[in-house]
Amino acid sequence: MNLTLKIWRQKNKNDKGRLETYQVSNISPDSSFLEMLDVLNEQLINEGKEPVAFDHDCREGICGMCSLYINGEAHGPDRGVTTCQLHMRKFKDGDTIYIEPWRSAAFPVIKDLVVDRSAFDRIMAAGGFVSVNTSGNTQDANNIPIPKDDADKAFDAATCIGCGACVATCKNGSAMLFVSAKVSQFALLPQGKVEATRRVHNMVKQMDEEGFGNCSNTGACEVECPKGISLENIARMNREYLKASIISEDEE
Amino acid sequence: MSTLDSKIPEGPIKDKWTNHKNNIRLVNPANKRLIDVIVVGTGLAGGSAAASLAELGYNVKAFCFQDSPRRAHSIAAQGGINAAKNYQNDGDSIYRLFYDTVKGGDYRSREANVYRLAEVSGNIIDQCVAQGVPFAREYGGLLDNRSFGGVQVSRTFYAKGQTGQQLLLGAYSAMSRQIGKGRIKMYDRHEMLELVIVDGKARGIIARNLITGEIERHSAHAVVLASGGYGNVFFLSTNAMGSNATAAWRAHKKGAYFANPCFTQIHPTCIPRSGEHQSKLTLMSESLRNDGRIWVPKKKEDVLAIREGKKKPTDIPEEDRDYYLERRYPAFGNLVPRDVASRAAKERCDAGYGVNATGEAVFLDFSSAIMRYGREKANMLGEHNASEERIKELGKEVIEAKYGNLFQMYQKITDDNPYETPMMIYPAVHYTMGGLWVDYNLMTTIPGLYAAGECNFSDHGANRLGASALMQGLADGYFVLPYTIGDYLADDIRTGPIPTDTPEFDEAEKSVKERLNKFINNNGKHSVDYYHRQLGNIMWNYVGMARNAEGLKKAISDIRALRDEYHKNVRVPGSADEFNPELEKATRVADFLELGELMAVDALNRNESCGGHFREEYQTEDGEALRDDKNYAYVAAWEWTGDPSEEKLHKEELKFEYIELKTRSYK
Ligand SMILES: Cc1cc2nc3c(=O)[nH]c(=O)nc-3n(C[C@H](O)[C@H](O)[C@H](O)COP(=O)(O)OP(=O)(O)OC[C@H]3O[C@@H](n4cnc5c(N)ncnc54)[C@H](O)[C@@H]3O)c2cc1C
Ligand code: SF4
Ligand code: FES
Repeated sequence: MNLTLKIWRQKNKNDKGRLETYQVSNISPDSSFLEMLDVLNEQLINEGKEPVAFDHDCREGICGMCSLYINGEAHGPDRGVTTCQLHMRKFKDGDTIYIEPWRSAAFPVIKDLVVDRSAFDRIMAAGGFVSVNTSGNTQDANNIPIPKDDADKAFDAATCIGCGACVATCKNGSAMLFVSAKVSQFALLPQGKVEATRRVHNMVKQMDEEGFGNCSNTGACEVECPKGISLENIARMNREYLKASIISEDEE
Repeated sequence: MSTLDSKIPEGPIKDKWTNHKNNIRLVNPANKRLIDVIVVGTGLAGGSAAASLAELGYNVKAFCFQDSPRRAHSIAAQGGINAAKNYQNDGDSIYRLFYDTVKGGDYRSREANVYRLAEVSGNIIDQCVAQGVPFAREYGGLLDNRSFGGVQVSRTFYAKGQTGQQLLLGAYSAMSRQIGKGRIKMYDRHEMLELVIVDGKARGIIARNLITGEIERHSAHAVVLASGGYGNVFFLSTNAMGSNATAAWRAHKKGAYFANPCFTQIHPTCIPRSGEHQSKLTLMSESLRNDGRIWVPKKKEDVLAIREGKKKPTDIPEEDRDYYLERRYPAFGNLVPRDVASRAAKERCDAGYGVNATGEAVFLDFSSAIMRYGREKANMLGEHNASEERIKELGKEVIEAKYGNLFQMYQKITDDNPYETPMMIYPAVHYTMGGLWVDYNLMTTIPGLYAAGECNFSDHGANRLGASALMQGLADGYFVLPYTIGDYLADDIRTGPIPTDTPEFDEAEKSVKERLNKFINNNGKHSVDYYHRQLGNIMWNYVGMARNAEGLKKAISDIRALRDEYHKNVRVPGSADEFNPELEKATRVADFLELGELMAVDALNRNESCGGHFREEYQTEDGEALRDDKNYAYVAAWEWTGDPSEEKLHKEELKFEYIELKTRSYK
């Protein structure tokens, strides 16, 4: 396949950045999107130019490191996959492909297609855990049976890879899907329920401080989420949050 | 000649760990606040260690090169984690897990360490459940198990095909809690490039801030390396793209012995190579061998017809299929250990029975399992006369619930639907049993430098059993290091902060800067990948699944030549004081080019076949590995003396007091 690429180039966070045009040829339809970018980078290096910086690591859809806004869609045109799982057979010979970084006030660009998502880590540090020490002096794992259905739902929520596509897709730049996935996972399990109220309160507070936008229920995030994290989680989080506000009013 | 003291505690094996814990020195909570510990790596080993040490009260500085600790390579582990819980009541016990692991490792691991691993394994599951890790459960609400290769019990806990992800997110949330409290200072997008030794002790590291390029000095009273394995020496492997050996190799060059470097695990079930621009290989979890049957056609003409697309695998009748694992190993069948399964696949493909265009693929077939599960499910639903079609549909649902994400992954990569046609798989580099030599306390030969997880030479001998790496990483981090490190740090309560404005730090920083600048100013011809691919080819051809003396000697000279060429001609664009992924790769590949040679040297030294190390000269008549316990029942620990081919060999003799040395048989 021969392709024209329009790629966002930005030297560092202070640079204004611009789209630049590149050509690649002889791309196998069986290669992955990132392997296509590898070919471009090899070409640029051989021409003595600077390769395009992009984030990636596992290249199998699980680490959440890869990103990219491809032809106006987070993780590109395929559904239920990350950019690293996207294959060139989803494109046609002669296509022009636009490649841009995640765009969100809370995710500043570091270089080219690489953004800073550390806001997610700070939200996690605010409450994304069960407060139990790692001493191993816990009770036997089978002491508390958990209904399979709850365990499965908790698992589904827990498969969020923290990629940030939901934020990048949302016109308000909201992080609700990400945060609600974590809140839901723990709220559904007896081990996490104990401090559910405090958790949701602290995580939402941090989310607001990081400059993420509000959720206006358009549901674009669910569509673009590579892991199929469901909007139900946002509804569950809203219920948890309501409980949390009632309790904190009581306390006041 | 041994200078290695493994510090195995006295006493019967089942009491060693308890007695040791009771007798080692502790640091009181007030004093822990005066002590700094650096943890390099935030995978299962490093993440769990950092969280536990911070909880105990130490000041922890944690490092990873990804943009978040949650993205360490452990996240990609699929199939599961072992623990001797015996929830299935199928005869499992601590002893049996211990025995399986020592046997699975082909009797090249240290008994006392393996026993401890089995002993703490149950606690790992308790711990993870308490943290909210959503393991798979049965309808009664209790935890479910599956089987993995090389064992005859069901002791593997799992979370669909995302077990590593769920365990790592558990460790990451424990870390997050300590980061929130300010007890862990997290340095993400940082890479350790040098170890700093002061008065013979590990006292700090030099790290590069990968965003700004700044070279930073970090000091501590002890340093823990949990930086993962070195499978990427082979260029193509199932490891994440960034997985590398630099932290371990830098420590090695500063005096930490490197043990059994040639022990590499080639995993039998990976998606075969496709094109020349391929950047990595993808694992299809071993858990699939619970339900998938491996075969190739019996007849060469069927092989050809399949390769040419004239026949589909589903066209081959049952009697014309060679389920070669079931044929050769009736007792374990498709669940033989990885080394055995990989060699058997290679044997069939070398004999001309490979089923794809390159001749390097075998089938992994789920059709029997789909029908078996479908029938069960139909019966459960009371549909006793269900049609074939309906049974298939129900069977597919069961398979999807078990392995959905793996099937999806397969389909996205190959564009084939594995619910309808068998998967094609082939062995690929996956894991490294070798690593930094450590004693019973997980301390390397450098005082104050510890190694945990895949980066140490660990508990797996010459072959790791499936679902045991996650177990080992978490055991090291949650349950071993937090005790053993205290014994060492008890001497440091009055030391005070380690200053970084000393000649040792000056020297280490200078050497790092020189190394980086040399790459930037090299003005060479070819990219880093250009050389890395070549190294990978040499390694795969001569230090891969089958090795012989002649090939290994050739590998050594080829790698040396490639290394010279690399340093002369590699081209690294950009500068050292900015975000520069090519520069990151350049330093990693420079280290691989030395480690690769040592792997070949070690493989050449070991004149026997054991586990993943198969020397063609040493095999039985039916092609099984031929061990030499008389001469090689030792850990080969190599000491750097200035050149990979000149390293000095130290031997740690392995004594087997509880398990009798036997020929490993899975027949
Ligand atoms: C695809 C796949 C599937 C697997 N499935 C299973 C399974 O089902 N069951 C099982 O038991 N095992 C499995 N394994 C093996 C297992 O996942 C690994 O052995 C294990 O996770 C390694 O954990 P670790 O903590 O030692 O290192 P890693 O998880 O590799 O973490 C390494 C850490 O070190 C950091 N690091 C490395 N170098 C530096 C440096 N120089 N400076 C700073 N930071 C650095 C990295 O950023 C990272 O945080 C699988 C492996 C693969 C490849
Ligand atoms: S919710 Fe989905 S899109 Fe958002 S971070 Fe998680 S996996 Fe990515
Ligand atoms: S690179 Fe890991 S999810 Fe894409």
